[in-house]
Amino acid sequence: MIYREAGDFKTSYRDDSQTFPIRLDRWGYYAIMAVAFGIIPFVINDYWANAVLVPFLIYAIAALGLNVLTGYAGQVSLGTGGFMAVGAYAVYKLMTSFPDVSIVIHILLAGGITAGVGVLFGLPSLRIKGFYLAVATLAAQFFLVWLFNKVPWFYNYSASGQITSPTRTVFDQAVTGPAATAPAKYLICLVFAFALAWLARNLTRGSLGRKWMAIRDMDIAAEIIGVNPLRAKLSAFAVSSFFIGIAGALLFAVYLGAAEVGEAFGINKSFLVLFMIIIGGLGSIFGSFAGAAFLVLLPVLLKNFLVGNMGWPTDLAAHIELMIVGALIVTFLIVEPHGLARLWRLAKDKLRLWPFPH
Amino acid sequence: MGIQNGQVPFAHLINATFGTSLHHFGWTVPAVLAVALTALIMVLLAFLIEKLVLQHLVGQEPIILFMATIGLAYFLEGLGDVMWGADIKALDVGLPQGISDGIEAVTGQWFGYGFFIDRLDLWATLIAAMLVAALVAFAQYTKQGRAMRAVADDHQAAMSVGISLRFIWVMVWSIAGFVALVAGIMWGTKSGVQFSLSLIALKALPVLMLGGFTSIPGAIVGGLIIGVGEKLFEFTIGPMVGGATENWFAYVLALIFLVFRPQGLFGERIIERV
Amino acid sequence: MKLTLAALATTMMVASPALADLIVPNMSYRTGPYAANGIPYADGFADYFTLLNERDGGIGGQLVQVPECETAYNTEKGVECYESLRTQNPLVLNPLSTGITYQLIPRISQDGIPLYTPGYGRTSAKDGSVFEWVFNAPANYWDGASVAVKHILDQEGGDLSGKKIALVYHNSAYGKEPIRTLQELSEKHGFELVELPVDAPGQEQKSQWLQIRREQPDYVIMYAWGVMNQVAIQEAVNIRFPMDKFIGIWWSGSENDVRAAGAGAEGYKALTFHGVGRDYPLYEDLQTHVYDKGLAAGAGDQAGSVLYSRGAYAALVIAEAIAKAQELAGTPEITPAQMRDGFEALDITAERMAELGLPDFGAPIALSCDNHGGDGLARVQQWNAAEGTWSLITDFIEPDAEILDPLIKEDSAAYAAEAGLTARCN
Repeated sequence: MIYREAGDFKTSYRDDSQTFPIRLDRWGYYAIMAVAFGIIPFVINDYWANAVLVPFLIYAIAALGLNVLTGYAGQVSLGTGGFMAVGAYAVYKLMTSFPDVSIVIHILLAGGITAGVGVLFGLPSLRIKGFYLAVATLAAQFFLVWLFNKVPWFYNYSASGQITSPTRTVFDQAVTGPAATAPAKYLICLVFAFALAWLARNLTRGSLGRKWMAIRDMDIAAEIIGVNPLRAKLSAFAVSSFFIGIAGALLFAVYLGAAEVGEAFGINKSFLVLFMIIIGGLGSIFGSFAGAAFLVLLPVLLKNFLVGNMGWPTDLAAHIELMIVGALIVTFLIVEPHGLARLWRLAKDKLRLWPFPH
Repeated sequence: MGIQNGQVPFAHLINATFGTSLHHFGWTVPAVLAVALTALIMVLLAFLIEKLVLQHLVGQEPIILFMATIGLAYFLEGLGDVMWGADIKALDVGLPQGISDGIEAVTGQWFGYGFFIDRLDLWATLIAAMLVAALVAFAQYTKQGRAMRAVADDHQAAMSVGISLRFIWVMVWSIAGFVALVAGIMWGTKSGVQFSLSLIALKALPVLMLGGFTSIPGAIVGGLIIGVGEKLFEFTIGPMVGGATENWFAYVLALIFLVFRPQGLFGERIIERV
Repeated sequence: MKLTLAALATTMMVASPALADLIVPNMSYRTGPYAANGIPYADGFADYFTLLNERDGGIGGQLVQVPECETAYNTEKGVECYESLRTQNPLVLNPLSTGITYQLIPRISQDGIPLYTPGYGRTSAKDGSVFEWVFNAPANYWDGASVAVKHILDQEGGDLSGKKIALVYHNSAYGKEPIRTLQELSEKHGFELVELPVDAPGQEQKSQWLQIRREQPDYVIMYAWGVMNQVAIQEAVNIRFPMDKFIGIWWSGSENDVRAAGAGAEGYKALTFHGVGRDYPLYEDLQTHVYDKGLAAGAGDQAGSVLYSRGAYAALVIAEAIAKAQELAGTPEITPAQMRDGFEALDITAERMAELGLPDFGAPIALSCDNHGGDGLARVQQWNAAEGTWSLITDFIEPDAEILDPLIKEDSAAYAAEAGLTARCN
């Protein structure tokens, strides 16, 4: 009744092609942004920042990146963990080598370095397709992790191979290191997530995005209509790796504070991010956020509910949690292969007609 | 084996741990009986998986099936943990272990130094060879085997010529479960039954890539190339670059190989039409 | 979404326990790839505090609460655990994971919560003048490496020149810790060191052991954890490496690790910094006050195992530090800062250990402001496969301070420079 298009007239092409054509959607979006930027930073505490919101935002960036590659350009990748490691180690080297340069620039540069590595590992995609490519990207995953574990230069020759993020500030507020406050950590992740989501949205609906989607739908046909597969695929790898590199940099510098490559950026991370975009919805910006929220929140929620409220032993709760996550993944794949984004769309379509469906 | 069907068996090794846990559970019964019982339960599990999961995923892309099997793996791992706890159980089904004296002595005479061959590995090779022979024969010469290959090729086309997808899937998962059970017993004998076994299964993927999907000889040759290659690499080049190369060697080899031959060693040539 | 958040908010409010008790969280892992090692440790840790609560009414009249948080040996879950435990005002944390320890050191230093990492974690945390809040008594990884080499020296009559020692290690922060120490020691004693990394989780190590077979080292030292232990010992048995020349660190010396290899593991050696088995008066108390009342943690089947003993020992040291802190502060309700003072004044003598029902169980521990790691004494235990028991074959061996002290100073100074700290304790 409230949610409807009627009466919402567009008078220019610009209006017609905006991201949120329905007024209520637009307002909802502004409201969420206002809450995210204007209210949450003032009420957030350490637990919410470190256990829920910061990982959610970081994983959302990673999911956006993978969604660009897999959802829009159709190139399945299982190397996400490895690329995140590139971002993390790049930002670590930059932070320790040039302590005077702003951390924001370091994070962006780390994304750029990851983009370069991504393009390198994306080269085989010109020959290898589909599932074969997914397995080939595992090479990136395992090789990069091994490399960062083996070459002492990457971890500044520390005895244990751990990297620890030093304190860096933005506008005199510590955002990394132990002194960083919850709002500062949250805000820097939010700014990056917001900017990158905006970028992703506009890239994917522009000509580059159309090329990616043409390649995804059928690469030979796309080639015939004049899409250069080399450029389209490699640009998808570059953009995707840029996002994932930034996510890796934030994960290490802001969220974890210390990391060890095999443990923090292992193959499980690749699967986790892939699950996020499948549950959230392939080829959807909203889906990337929804999937990340789902898989970050669910374990925390289950744990707090089962252990905190029901008083179950922690091990039983952890095992049950594993079962629930596994079952949910399978259920989603069966019931709604297009993910939460599609459910959201269906709900909105229903809502448009409500309460008079005929 | 599931590959034959266009499915990727990530869940299988979990199945295997599942099976061997079960086997352990029945420790009071003789080993042979326990193995038989476990095999039976694997068939039941296969049936359930087909009924509850795969039936609904007919005609989906391989990546979706792959993800589904990973989800399944999570589920089974959690279930196994809930039922038996996460601690290690020793497994002994009477397979011999340790260095083979005969071979060491004989090769010692021939070459001046003894070859080291683990008896467990000898047995594993023997059992694997038997399994492979049986599977090849099954896939090539029986009606069900041919039907299975048809399903792997194209779900729709197979159904339209009257092949029951359900039957084939239950069969394939049962076979896969059985193979996984054997593999699980092998690994379990070595390191005790526990749930960290699960990631080993992933290495089957580059092997198949290298050999090419849908080709059993390919899987064997691919397995040999990767198995021998990674050990030799670790042994000769490994010390120069700091070791622990085994984790990535298989994947990098598969990657390089695929760039030159995207369909793998024995895979069918991919023909693309618009 | 909103519903989810609301539900989450309510659950978290309900989850916080009553205040005023002594909070000593148990950051355990009863699931995941390292569960087999995590379970007995967590059980021992919890049971000891249950005993204190049941028998003595807590410590200094204050009950001890042991909220458990499952980390699955995963650093991200570790962070989540830390944040949720922190709201409950814990006195001390013991994460039983070197990775999580590295993660927590900057945070706890900022938040002022002591971290107790017996036998693991960051070695240079022994230097209390830099690591104000971290304690790793009674022994650390470098002590272990040095004690292992000393034991080998004893075996070889004091001369190692021209010998070859292989280090098989878990390719992670934990496994890499001893390399530097062993390199220094190899220079000092003139033995050759062969480093063989095994990637986590460590099911595949055939080529490493083939290399050992080819190189024929005189001794093998192992730093492994989880499934890597069982596989390594099995492989060593397979290549017929003499088990009495195969020495594991204390994390490679539990019953779980050797049992899978059966009779072949007979004679395998591992370091330990505490006694083993149930032949201690403490177990009578545990029997009457904990097991018989059905209060044992977990399945209750781990009592007396190596890792159970280690968990109980960690709990014991913490309990003693709490008692010390209460004595110093003059009040039973102590703060984390007072807890740190308690640790720094900790002095557990051999008599005190006997009083606690564990005579000759652990070496005496005396800490101070700049020594947070004790003397690093450890002993060697050997596996008896037929009886399925460990027996202690040496007395406590002192590590080589001449080598270790400069290394620790160097590493802690690097940390201090990185974190911008100035030394305290002057």
